[in-house]
Amino acid sequence: MIRLPAFEYLAPRTVGDAVKYLADRGADAMLVAGGTDLFPNMKRGQFEPKALVGLRGIRELSGVSGDGRAGLTIGAATTLSAVAAHPEVARRYPALATAAGLVSSPQLRNAATLGGNVCVDTRCNWYNQSYEWRKAVGFCMKKDGDICLVAPGSSRCWAVSSSDTAPVLWALGATARLAGPAGERTLPVSALYQDDGIAYLAKRPDEILTELALPAADGWDSVYLKLRRRGSFDFPVLGVAVAVRREGEVVREARVVLGAVASTPREAAAASTALVGQRLTSESITRAAEAAAGPAKPLDNTDFTHPYRKRLVRVYVARALARLAGLDAGPSSFDGFEGRPGFPGEPRALAGGVRGGSSPPRLNNQGAISGPPPST
Amino acid sequence: MSKRFTVVGQPLPKIDAWGKVTGDTRFADDMVLPRMAFGKLLRSPHAHARVRAIDTARAKTVPGVYAVITGADLPRVKFGILPVSQDEEALCTEKVRMVGDAVAAVAAVDEETADRACRLIDVDYEPLPALMSIQESLAHPEVRIHEYGDGPNVHKNVALQFGDVEAAFAASDLVREDVFFYEGNTHLPMEQHAAVAHATADGKLTLWSSTQTPHYVHRLLARILDMPAAHIRVIAAPVGGGFGGKLDPFAHEIAACRLSQLIGRPVKIACTREEVFYIHRGRHPVLMWIKTGFTKAGDITGCHLKTWLDGGAYGSYGVASTFYTGVINPVTYKMPVYKFEGARIFTNKPPCGPKRGHGTPQPRFALEVQLDKAAEQLGLDPADMRRRILVEPFTKTANHLTVTTIGLGECIDKVVEASGWRDKVSRYRAAAEVDAPKPLWQPRRRRGVGIACSSYMTGAGTAIYWNSMPHSGVVLRADRSGGVTVLCGATDIGQGSDSILAYLVAEVLGLDPKDVHVHPADTSLTPVDLGSYSSRVTLMCGQAAIQAAERLRSAIFKAVAAKLDVDAGALAMRERKVGVPDDWEKAVDFARAVELGEAMHGVLAFAGSYAPPKRAGKYKGGGVGPSPCYSYTACVVELSVDEDTGEVELHDVWIGHDIGRALNPLLVEGQVEGSVYMGIGEAVMEAQVFRKHVHKAPSMLEYKSPTTLETPEIHTMLVETDDPEGPFGAKEAGQGPLLPVMPAIANAIYHAVGVRVDEIPITPEKVLKGLELKRQGKAARVGPDRVPLFTFKQPLVVESAFGAPAEAIAVRPFSDTPS
Repeated sequence: MIRLPAFEYLAPRTVGDAVKYLADRGADAMLVAGGTDLFPNMKRGQFEPKALVGLRGIRELSGVSGDGRAGLTIGAATTLSAVAAHPEVARRYPALATAAGLVSSPQLRNAATLGGNVCVDTRCNWYNQSYEWRKAVGFCMKKDGDICLVAPGSSRCWAVSSSDTAPVLWALGATARLAGPAGERTLPVSALYQDDGIAYLAKRPDEILTELALPAADGWDSVYLKLRRRGSFDFPVLGVAVAVRREGEVVREARVVLGAVASTPREAAAASTALVGQRLTSESITRAAEAAAGPAKPLDNTDFTHPYRKRLVRVYVARALARLAGLDAGPSSFDGFEGRPGFPGEPRALAGGVRGGSSPPRLNNQGAISGPPPST
Repeated sequence: MSKRFTVVGQPLPKIDAWGKVTGDTRFADDMVLPRMAFGKLLRSPHAHARVRAIDTARAKTVPGVYAVITGADLPRVKFGILPVSQDEEALCTEKVRMVGDAVAAVAAVDEETADRACRLIDVDYEPLPALMSIQESLAHPEVRIHEYGDGPNVHKNVALQFGDVEAAFAASDLVREDVFFYEGNTHLPMEQHAAVAHATADGKLTLWSSTQTPHYVHRLLARILDMPAAHIRVIAAPVGGGFGGKLDPFAHEIAACRLSQLIGRPVKIACTREEVFYIHRGRHPVLMWIKTGFTKAGDITGCHLKTWLDGGAYGSYGVASTFYTGVINPVTYKMPVYKFEGARIFTNKPPCGPKRGHGTPQPRFALEVQLDKAAEQLGLDPADMRRRILVEPFTKTANHLTVTTIGLGECIDKVVEASGWRDKVSRYRAAAEVDAPKPLWQPRRRRGVGIACSSYMTGAGTAIYWNSMPHSGVVLRADRSGGVTVLCGATDIGQGSDSILAYLVAEVLGLDPKDVHVHPADTSLTPVDLGSYSSRVTLMCGQAAIQAAERLRSAIFKAVAAKLDVDAGALAMRERKVGVPDDWEKAVDFARAVELGEAMHGVLAFAGSYAPPKRAGKYKGGGVGPSPCYSYTACVVELSVDEDTGEVELHDVWIGHDIGRALNPLLVEGQVEGSVYMGIGEAVMEAQVFRKHVHKAPSMLEYKSPTTLETPEIHTMLVETDDPEGPFGAKEAGQGPLLPVMPAIANAIYHAVGVRVDEIPITPEKVLKGLELKRQGKAARVGPDRVPLFTFKQPLVVESAFGAPAEAIAVRPFSDTPS
């Protein structure tokens, strides 16, 4: 068995205490909430903290408040299960409910938190390996080494941003609140990330992410699609988050954000721009999708081949927009099958299937939850 | 045939089901003995290197470390599961041949300490060039992974010819040559390998291990540790999944034994998941060239198969695997002449060996996809074509294997009927012809159905080492309580073999299976069974158990007959009673009957023995392939393919299996469903692949294996043929049903989108590449297009035995009724 190394566990009751403990211990300490990513990484020697500051005992960090009209705030230590199941999130910010509900597996979502997913360590299949494995290949710059094994000529780390919720929060225009020794500050989620596999967060090591705030949802629709090999458990190797604000049928604001194809979520600005002032039609969707792949820079360091991940950006962006446009409801005449609608991301019923709600959402091939159409 | 059964045929729970479900079952890693130490192996980070020196001094100074050993602390013997491939060392002394080869071991107060000490062992390696593929190993004969074998880096080179295939091809209406590749994959059992060794002060040794073959481990430990086998006791711990991955003696078992001998404490070594990926012995990557001739009507005129196996760093079961890539193919369809050439190549990767279907899924994939291609060219329905050319029952194949019963025709009929094959095969094809343009955002998912068939052995006809003893033995002891104890060396690896023993004994003795206690395999207590491999346990242990139970029954009958003053021949056992059916009121309780029996005969303990009929072909190599009987399977898969993503979604699998007789239909269905699930993983995602000499994804998260969400509806249909060789007519279920799944999926994908992926696994990338080729008007095929330059040896030419009648009566060595 691979063992979890010994560490000291600190259990603050307030954010203030947590900040203090973290400052006291400096580089020796790390934060832990759900621990679903941290503990496996500690077992493999990627993280070697001497102390962990536990956030689970801090009440103020959990819970959802507000509503879609005024905006919603979600405590960073709210579990992903709770975020996914929250009725106001599901109704007004459906992409976030989808993304939170697609992280890992049901068991882990009960422990994992939104803040943890937002801050989740970047991943690389040259890095997420045991100490012995990494030693055998000669270590990489992200831990214990000095070169990048996926791009050996590179001076930077190309580990992949692997959060499902990050591109969605970015697309929704969310802000992150940070608490540190110097007090609190708020920054847009789009400014929380940096394009570097090691220094992927703009959060300082002594800061704690305390909450995520979503702006008012009026007029906005959103959708999230996730590429991964299996219907559960896997990290994204491409995430597509799309949020649009329409007046009537005309798109007034749009944000297309790609996850898991770079060290940071990346906004496909050309795609976003192409949508503004347009109705979501077959033509405008195709144009936007064709423009979306530019910022995707996948390398050969995740599951699936990187040309495949790059190629699927346009397909996924097109499907996401089609869903927002309501283009996906009609049956396809081409799949030769009767009695079952064939449409984008044809739903595949979950075994034993009802997940609550009046119209049970179903898991499709991209892993997206399709539920009742978002209210507009 | 009107056999009346009371237990057989009932959907009963497994006898160990309660323990497994409630967590009561204690696996090897759950064991804790007083004063137990924890061991850890230091493994090589190099794929190929000379070991210049190992310095353990620093490790020994770590507080809490009891002992550090290297190969120098073990007798200098090389071992291997097959007598012809003695090429392994538990702790390598001269050379490491793969990342993961063990070079040293530590025993310490806990696992963390052992781990820390391992990192302080200094090994001086001289790296050697690493050969990571068949092509590299053949291209570099100057780099030798082993000094033995049939050529530089060639472990085994075999060639067998049964009849004149060239003449057959010349007389064919259609001759196809195709090249296929089947990537390696691993067993992925839920339970990682673990062992506890306890050397006691009297100089004896006990090993508890998660193993499928305590007998072979016992034999080999005696040689490896250079101590009398009589002083070693191997006990099979409950096995949390085997699939062939726990069939060799392993470094962690041997190191635990040696460490325990040195420190006088029990020592446990539990492998990490990553280590299990390196222990491996899983599916060989195999490159295949297959040439088959057909008549217009779809008859096979002859077949010539060449296989190249990527064996990895050691022999393991590889010689058998090599033969298995060739010898089972002729058992399904009429194949009048057959030629097989196979070569196993050493590479610097974890050794391959037996995984569910041992060596046969790869050529099965090649044959069944090629048949599909031929059917299309000949304008035949692929189901009908197969149905027409099935092997006749009770005949021999070209390569002298004896087929007894064959229920494959009925299996095909059932899956064709249940799947709506005839309607779907034409309707989906018509839909596939429509090629209207569509917008990017609109997915187009095309449906397809595919069929494939297969056959598999019910137990290997020969043992791993030549001998004339039973392959399986059972001792049955009747207790005055009315309970019966079964002692048998078989290991239940989750397939339910312990339960089968209980059912069969209960059936013969008229008891409830709950009255039968099945003792786990223990080399000091239980008669030898060779192990849980080659789908042999139900048939061989089953026959031995029936024989023992019948002997016990006849002793009890004798005593009860005297008591009731009736003829022993008039007695029956049922409902825990013994009596005359027409006068059942006088029947005595089974417990009372045992007392009467014991009073008459003394202790009631009876043995049963089984060895397979001696039917091996009389040619060198004829020992691999014979089996008492063969199971048959037909499979239809329905799926859809997303044209923009290449993703394949499986909807339904209909699978018909000739089980001979379902001793417990619930268990059979479980085995069939497990096989289908495993086959799906092999077909579409699993890959044991290496990068920079290390396993690319040695974890449950990144080695992609399907979840329940990827598993479609599985419709299992059983066909009973009541085989004369099987216990109450039963054949195997553990491996055969996996075989048709991969080709059926490949054929269904072709049916859906017209793309041939002649390479396993069929990933979305490959499907998409095929679709791209199709759009460009090129041949929509993805797969290997060349084979190595390689000279097989002169074939051993043997006359084809095709169509010859089976020997009227098979000679069964230990049978009570040699008819």
